[in-house]
Amino acid sequence: MTTDTAVGRFGRYGGRYVPETLVPALLELEEAYAKAQKDASFGEEVTRVLREYVGRPTTLTPAHRLTEAWGGAQVWLKREDLAHTGAHKINNTVGQVLLARRMGKKRIIAETGAGQHGVATATACALFGLPCEVFMGALDVERQALNVFRMRALGAVVRPVESGSRTLKDAMNEAMRVWVSQVQDTYYVIGSAAGPHPYPTIVRDFQSVIGREIRAQTLATIGRLPDAIIACVGGGSNAIGALHPFIPDTAVRLVGVEAAGHGLESGQHGASLTLGTEGVLHGSRSLVLQDEHGQIQEAHSISAGLDYPGVGPELAHLAKTGRMEVRTATDDDALAAFYEVARTEGILPALETSHAFAAARSLARDMGKGKHLVINCSGRGDKDVATISARGVPPATGVKS
Amino acid sequence: MSAELDKAFARAKARGEGALVAYAMAGDPDLPRSVDVFAAMVEGGADVLEIGVAFSDPIADGPVIQAASERALKAGATLRRVLDEVVPEVRRRCPETPLVIMTYVNVVMAMGEERYAKLARERGIVGTILPDLPPEESAGIRAAFDKEGVDLVPLCAPTTPPARAEAIARDARGFVYCVSVAGVTGMRAELPPDLSQRLDLVKRAASVPVVAGFGISNAETARPLVAHADGVVVGSALVKAAHADGPAAAKQLCADIKRGLKR
Ligand SMILES: Cc1ncc(COP(=O)(O)O)c(C=O)c1O
Repeated sequence: MTTDTAVGRFGRYGGRYVPETLVPALLELEEAYAKAQKDASFGEEVTRVLREYVGRPTTLTPAHRLTEAWGGAQVWLKREDLAHTGAHKINNTVGQVLLARRMGKKRIIAETGAGQHGVATATACALFGLPCEVFMGALDVERQALNVFRMRALGAVVRPVESGSRTLKDAMNEAMRVWVSQVQDTYYVIGSAAGPHPYPTIVRDFQSVIGREIRAQTLATIGRLPDAIIACVGGGSNAIGALHPFIPDTAVRLVGVEAAGHGLESGQHGASLTLGTEGVLHGSRSLVLQDEHGQIQEAHSISAGLDYPGVGPELAHLAKTGRMEVRTATDDDALAAFYEVARTEGILPALETSHAFAAARSLARDMGKGKHLVINCSGRGDKDVATISARGVPPATGVKS
Repeated sequence: MSAELDKAFARAKARGEGALVAYAMAGDPDLPRSVDVFAAMVEGGADVLEIGVAFSDPIADGPVIQAASERALKAGATLRRVLDEVVPEVRRRCPETPLVIMTYVNVVMAMGEERYAKLARERGIVGTILPDLPPEESAGIRAAFDKEGVDLVPLCAPTTPPARAEAIARDARGFVYCVSVAGVTGMRAELPPDLSQRLDLVKRAASVPVVAGFGISNAETARPLVAHADGVVVGSALVKAAHADGPAAAKQLCADIKRGLKR
């Protein structure tokens, strides 16, 4: 199965819906990226930095106690939480910042929701010596204090965005507006597999290292490909990175998990694949949460990284064509999964990742014994401890008080 | 190209003036009062009205128009209501003035481009500007608009290379909207020095009028442009004036800018 039907298109989705001012910059980026891909030294440099600095390949951990607790498929964890800065986001920022440097850009801007992409961009900028500005919704600045500190410590300037819902979508609007004004010498590092062409392709390619490793690691450990892979979906970069290399392997089930927030029927969620309609947001045509008048609706999720009313165009295409199954998990499901994983495997997953775990339990059971399920552990939960602990911590397990 | 737009630019030219394309946000501060703003701008001398339809995520707009969009959305301005309640009223009060809608592509897509084009024509809209729809993505929408005789007005940017700018100009409907600065809408103290050359280039290639917009806020910023363009677009300055001091202030500012547009 091929997903590209035209340049920058994934079926009906994708494209480049941006102000004319940005079109030449996107054409320049497309060309620079095509050249970089043909240049073996670029790929080698990305691979070297991922190995020496990021800590790739990340391990594929057998989750023995979860497997036993769930009583179904054998569960494996792809440990993006063990990558430097604590999430998959760094795979993409290393690649894009190296590309920006190759293009001779003088400064970097980025948007961030949970702050993980901001931290990953600030980190790559520190590593390669480029100045960095990160746009972040003012509400997220409050919710993600640890990551705001980390970005500042790494030398980045954090610019709180007060417009709209003061979250990720507004940070992305603002980054685009600033990019329009400074497009000649500025590179915009988009953090998910969304935005105008060629970003969804570039981000997917840099994140596909996750899926390629899963492929090699499962072949080495179980002697075959896994039966299913599951990942959470905000904009969709960790999901497309883990799943893309398996698109032609139709025996492998690909599963994406969206934020159901307070419940799909509550209207407060981030489930754009499940409940979104076709529209244009942030430069691409995809599935978006909008009202009948085409106004974008505010998304909600306990996890800032899934609190986005759009989704990358390639995932929209995979979902619509049925190649990817879409499930949802609520805030409460994610919190319960967070503690379950913490207490059965000794891993504190990010709240985003906790959504994938929440949906993985029933998937593992449906699959049954003898099957292999890989959960993409997109990030670690340190950034979320304030949000989670504010709701009270359940008592210790197995200890008499 | 729309005969109405043609006539409006010709009338201004015959008077020895550049045309003023005046923008305001439909529904700011509410639907009826925004009609007063549009009418006042025509009294002040506006030759073409650009009726802004708010979008929740206006990536091409600066703070003044962003704030106006938020106010308009709070006041219940939707594309449908603007076409039903604002456009016919403006049309009634300013029968001579061509009306152009400016909004974002998602708003038009949500209504359906064919349905929009039909309704727009019926209500008296002659053109539409979609700042997030570059030529590569516009074929389908343009065909739907052409069918109804609603001009899809293209934009040209300071970053647009000459050959691309010429192609945009040659192929344009209505008029060519030359964005004066690389950036979002909003007032600027100064416009880039090479703007006049770019306008000349576009003008040579275009078969329709050429206007400069973004950053123009008064007679002084408008004056040097009349030698190179058929007119100017003024948005944020008018939105700001109307928001602060009402329709009379917008009328006053239009009159002032028109003085700067005398050749
Ligand atoms: C740990 C983690 N997982 C997932 C996401 C969601 O992003 P995406 O859907 O692009 O993978 C984020 C975003 O901040 C994140 O930090």
